[in-house]
Amino acid sequence: MVIEKPWKRWVYFYIPLTVFLIGTLFPFYWMLITAIRPDAELYRSWRAVNNAPFWTLHPTLEHFRDLFEKTTFPHWLWNTFFIAVVSTGISLFCGLLAGYALARLKFPMAGALGTSIFVTYLVPPTLLFIPLADIIRNFQLGNTPWALILTYPTFLIPFCTWLLMGYFKTIPKELEECARIDGATRFGAMVRIIFPIAVPGILSAGIFAFTLSWNEFIYALVFLSSPERKTVPVGVVSEMIRGDIYFWGQLMAGALLGSIPVALVYSFFVEYYVTGLTGSVKG
Amino acid sequence: MGGRRAQEDLRVSVKKPIAGGTNGAVVVALPHPGTQRTRRLTRFLESERLLASLLLAPTVLLLGTFIAYPFVSGVWLSLSNTSVGNVGHFVGLKNFAKAWDDSIFQQAFRNTFFYTFWATIFKLALGMWLAMLLNRSFRGKRLVRASMLLPFIIPTVLSTFAWRWMFDPTFSVLNWLLFRTGFIVNKIPFLSDGVYGMWCAIAVNTWRGMPFFAITLLAGLQTINPDLHEAASLDGANGWQRFWHVTWPLLKPVTLVVVVFSIIQTFSDFQLIYVLTGGGPANATHLLATYAYQVGVATGLLGEGAAISLFMLPVLFVVVWVQLRYLRRLEGA
Repeated sequence: MVIEKPWKRWVYFYIPLTVFLIGTLFPFYWMLITAIRPDAELYRSWRAVNNAPFWTLHPTLEHFRDLFEKTTFPHWLWNTFFIAVVSTGISLFCGLLAGYALARLKFPMAGALGTSIFVTYLVPPTLLFIPLADIIRNFQLGNTPWALILTYPTFLIPFCTWLLMGYFKTIPKELEECARIDGATRFGAMVRIIFPIAVPGILSAGIFAFTLSWNEFIYALVFLSSPERKTVPVGVVSEMIRGDIYFWGQLMAGALLGSIPVALVYSFFVEYYVTGLTGSVKG
Repeated sequence: MGGRRAQEDLRVSVKKPIAGGTNGAVVVALPHPGTQRTRRLTRFLESERLLASLLLAPTVLLLGTFIAYPFVSGVWLSLSNTSVGNVGHFVGLKNFAKAWDDSIFQQAFRNTFFYTFWATIFKLALGMWLAMLLNRSFRGKRLVRASMLLPFIIPTVLSTFAWRWMFDPTFSVLNWLLFRTGFIVNKIPFLSDGVYGMWCAIAVNTWRGMPFFAITLLAGLQTINPDLHEAASLDGANGWQRFWHVTWPLLKPVTLVVVVFSIIQTFSDFQLIYVLTGGGPANATHLLATYAYQVGVATGLLGEGAAISLFMLPVLFVVVWVQLRYLRRLEGA
């Protein structure tokens, strides 16, 4: 590569990268420090002399305790997890089959169908949430996890299909042909030969879909109403602000705990996630 | 049927002589064993058409019920005066006309464009810069890259709360920081002023979406052969020229796709504004989605709310059209 002087490396590389890193991570640090700071320290005016906001000498877990004792936070955590896992499962199943069909099989309308699945991928949930709320009510699904389990796939399936279709296309056709010559049916070849090879692709799609469902907000906000049925994002928004009063310690404790599962999943599968992410736009 | 498939197999094996000779001979000598089975299911699954329709059925069913049907139903709602608990009747374009004359709607409409435009510009510029930084080799690169993506992973609502707390009118750490370092004397009204509020929302959106740009652009950058840069710098091109004449032309396709995705996401954004400002102060920071929510769900005027969210459609349509055209061109090439 191009050789450069040390000072240039500092000015053009280390300093900007550090600024980026601090800017990216500071809000999370702030979440953590707020969550463990006692109330007495939390509510000091921004101009108070004794204000030392970047650290605390009296860390406390009282906000976490309140979170578990005064709210239904554990329920939210479980709901979010359950809904994310089931809707990801459904989406992977549908995406796997549809992706295979679109990548490998010849049938009339294949192109049109592929395009329309791609278009649904670009339909944002905020365009449809009002009529969808009506439909959910008519199906008697309001305020049940099924309202979300059935609607999350609308933005997950197109993504999974698109990603897996791209993946299937990279698997040489000859593998399947060989299996079929050896007596496998088309369906058998698909399930026993192609799907196992596609495991990395499935994992990428699954991780990405899981984080998307964990992140979803507007459907959960509109379709769920009783406190113990809510997901973490909605619960934190609607149950932790009483009137105009924000319980910032609890809020940040909830935000932190609500972020940890998805951050953990992500940290174990960073590479798969990145593949899913870049695949989500390249197709 | 079996004959045709055997031909196909033969063709494949002729094309690929490595896998070839023996396989081809086997195919010709023995007809496909699958065709000899008489079980109905097997035969059923051997037909590409039937198999395809079977494989696509769950997807089409789900997307049809929860995308196509709500879409049609949304168009109907927007043309009716339905409200919660009230079956409405057809009122034509009245909801659209009413929204168009509504000053809050006009503000929300302008805001949506303003927000999308600036947030996308910032995300692209900063994301490109970050991608270039991450494209160099340095110690701890994987860790840095992984932590840069965190804003994109963590649920937006939760991280936006952290921002809201940082922008708090009384306890803002940012005000404290700026005050202590001598940049300000009086506090900045981050979220209590409409103009500041909009820029704060743009800043948070940029913070959240920039990693997506950076990582996808990084993936694009990694496909660029470093020899090209070497050659350009031997020819005397400086850093900027190398970017403009080597990197950018090669990165343009992936950039376009990322920008299109980001425009759709930003234009239809809801959660960030809902948590950060709730559309306030005095409805100054509403976007189309948050205003549609306020009218359609909070107030219960389903018809009017549906009409407001349908105002997003033309823009989304144009963006999707650009995307599809672009994909076609890629496939054609």
